[in-house]
Amino acid sequence: MNAITQTNESKLQSRQEPALWPPVDVIEDSTGITLYADLPGVPRDKLSLRVEGDTLNIEGEVALALPKDMEANHAEVHLARYRRAFLLTKELDADKVNAELSQGVLRVRIPKAEHAQPRKIAVNVA
Amino acid sequence: MYRSLFPRDLFAELDRLQQEMQQAFDQSPGIRGFGRGGYPALNVGGTPSSVEIYAFAPGLNPGAIDVNLDRGVLTIAGERQPSLPNGDEKTTVHANERFTGRFRRVVSLPDDVDPNAISANYSDGVLRVSIQRRAEAQPRRIEVQ
Repeated sequence: MNAITQTNESKLQSRQEPALWPPVDVIEDSTGITLYADLPGVPRDKLSLRVEGDTLNIEGEVALALPKDMEANHAEVHLARYRRAFLLTKELDADKVNAELSQGVLRVRIPKAEHAQPRKIAVNVA
Repeated sequence: MYRSLFPRDLFAELDRLQQEMQQAFDQSPGIRGFGRGGYPALNVGGTPSSVEIYAFAPGLNPGAIDVNLDRGVLTIAGERQPSLPNGDEKTTVHANERFTGRFRRVVSLPDDVDPNAISANYSDGVLRVSIQRRAEAQPRRIEVQ
């Protein structure tokens, strides 16, 4: 019981931590949806991609090799975390999500479930 | 940028208000402009021995990034290819927020940098340019005879 409340609390805290909103491209074709997200500075091991219920959560932590005695003069990227969530619709197959991260760009492919894909119906002439 | 078509347009009014707020709170821009919100986003820092520039430029071919240092002005330029399809397939674009096209960002460097000691590294979509400061500009202790 206690453990459950604790995980819930820590989850709540990580939700409240401010994060950047990464820009995305979302493209749909007849067999699924492709999502591209810009996450510069996020290495593969600091990226978390989760499907919870019908929500796709993307979260990444920026890991830069900063010199120890560096002083910042100018910062346009002032947070070290990206976070964004997307609601998936029913016809998407959340079990078959496929993702790759390359040079700070995340590509996620979410196929449509078999039954939701378009198919041609043959018309029989009686 | 949203332009007002009708003078009483609510969105245009909000947009204008936001611009006024921005002008009131931000410091005056340098001659080369703000560049804030541009691609790539830049973070600049310094150590006693070097100047470090981080350009958040995801999705580039490292060979196609043009980094130039000319008379104390560092230029980072290149082009980002679109990920969107050409439109001949049956596709729908639901969101198109990522930058595409040619970009160019310029940083004025301090006087004490050494133009011959510059290195550039691209990893995880971040270009890091590191320029050493000249040795004669380093603080040093003077022996008293």
